[in-house]
Amino acid sequence: MTIALETQGLEKSFGGLRVTRDLSLKVTRGARHALIGPNGAGKTTVINQLTGVLRPNSGRILLEGSDITGLSVHKRVLRGLSRTFQINQLYADLTPLETIGLAVSERMGRGGDWWRRMGTRDDVNAEITEILSRFHLLDAMSELTSTLPYGKQRLLEIAVAIAAKPRVLLLDEPAAGVPESERHDILAAVAALPRDVTVLLIEHDMDLVFSFADRISVLVNGGLLTEGAPDEVARDPQVRAVYLGEAADA
Amino acid sequence: MTALTDVSSQAAAGARWRISEVVFWLLALACAFLFPSRYLIMTDIVRLGLFALSLDLILGYAGIVSLGHAAFFGVGAYSAGLLALHGIINEPVIALVAAGLVAAVLGFLTSFLVIRGVDLTRLMVTLGIALLLEALAERFSDVTGGSDGLQGIEMQPILGLFAFDMFGKTGFFYSLIVLFILFLLARRIVYSPFGLSLRAIRNNPLRAAAIGVPVNRRLVAVYTLAAFYAGIAGALFTQTSALASLDVFAFERSADLMLVLVIGGTGYLYGGLIGAVVFKMLQEFFQSLTPQYWLFWIGLVLVVIVLVGRARIHRSVLFVPNLIIRQFVGRKAVVVPESDAS
Repeated sequence: MTIALETQGLEKSFGGLRVTRDLSLKVTRGARHALIGPNGAGKTTVINQLTGVLRPNSGRILLEGSDITGLSVHKRVLRGLSRTFQINQLYADLTPLETIGLAVSERMGRGGDWWRRMGTRDDVNAEITEILSRFHLLDAMSELTSTLPYGKQRLLEIAVAIAAKPRVLLLDEPAAGVPESERHDILAAVAALPRDVTVLLIEHDMDLVFSFADRISVLVNGGLLTEGAPDEVARDPQVRAVYLGEAADA
Repeated sequence: MTALTDVSSQAAAGARWRISEVVFWLLALACAFLFPSRYLIMTDIVRLGLFALSLDLILGYAGIVSLGHAAFFGVGAYSAGLLALHGIINEPVIALVAAGLVAAVLGFLTSFLVIRGVDLTRLMVTLGIALLLEALAERFSDVTGGSDGLQGIEMQPILGLFAFDMFGKTGFFYSLIVLFILFLLARRIVYSPFGLSLRAIRNNPLRAAAIGVPVNRRLVAVYTLAAFYAGIAGALFTQTSALASLDVFAFERSADLMLVLVIGGTGYLYGGLIGAVVFKMLQEFFQSLTPQYWLFWIGLVLVVIVLVGRARIHRSVLFVPNLIIRQFVGRKAVVVPESDAS
């Protein structure tokens, strides 16, 4: 099995607080891997290190075998590591068409074109069309993102990440805050992600995790508590104590 | 219509020329023939418009605030002045481009200081750079002429054909043509993927980086471009007025520029141009009313604009023209306030 994404002995401290402790994680290619853990376990800090927003104090991050620990955020994206955000990070004043158009242009290395007008490259347009229709955003493509219903914005959040054509996709709580009525579209979009894309799902929602993931890592206090197939993790008494017990109370 | 052609046409829609834009430029050209006695002030407006367009590129599109944009205006002004004074480049158009390039080099070098940090840091850094340059210009008075400015600049005919005249007619047409060409270039750029990535950065730099946009590189590029524009505006100032003095670096010049964009709005290219017209006309009007206290009235107008909101003012100003348009052409509003547009 080839490893798509790997961390080796990742360490991150804020002052005296160790937020990531000796974290070694392997995500195999094509996996549907979930990273779960109670609030404050350090999931977001891990994501931020994987994507390059934060630099680890020590340890390495490997994407398909090559070291990306020192790469900037945008270079990791161009290498094939893309993410969604737990809280929508979209362009309020841009339309879905522009948002996706930019992502596609950047991936094709055309984002710096300053002479060519938008909408004049057939390959870019074809891909925009494909992504907008896959995420049911064609009807709303020329509306300002800030005016879209929340569920549509959430779909756009995933669509943007997909437009970067990632080989590894980090999904940070994709269904967070989505009302029950619009939830189905999100889950369907997540389930329909191409199989050759490796997905690391960071999630709070246990239903989603167990319906989606084929492997689960449990993060507690910044370190790896256990890892295994969903049914193993579900049976693990330690996990039940620190995590599922707490979730069941909530 | 298939989804693909729909996407293509919608994606290109922003860059299409609107009737209101054509009308705007025809009006600008018409002014040249309607007010032949007012070339000097109209040249002033055109120059300020170009200068404001420069600030709009970084503020309205990339979200970089600057209180020191006069730095580039000043460098452009002195470059053009020195080139003409010492006969290094005699032909005005080539000198103009050269002066713009000098300003662009300065913009490129200082961009690395500016793009770091948040708005407040940027305000302070840009302000500091402009003050630094003003002090340097004063210190090296043997080159710059100090507080007397550059004396005795004589401009050669444009392209060897059109001599500057004392009524400012040549200067006005020259400025207007330069503005129009640079406007076309700016328009081309903002509707390109590059321009789109700037708007994305202004909206959300975090997400822009997360889709692969090299945020810093793009900001450096647009800052350098804006410096070029400001340098050209400064060079036009020297060439059309045949003087360059320390006040080209003045803080008031940078601050006025902010006012122009507050009046005209940012992020749609015409804000700086419309703002420049309104600002200069207000200035003229208030100066003729109360030569001493005109700043009071400008200040009052500014406060009112910010409090009432520009969109609301635009809508009320455009109410009558739009009513007429609807009556006669039977279509929806042709001229829309910038906040409602696009």
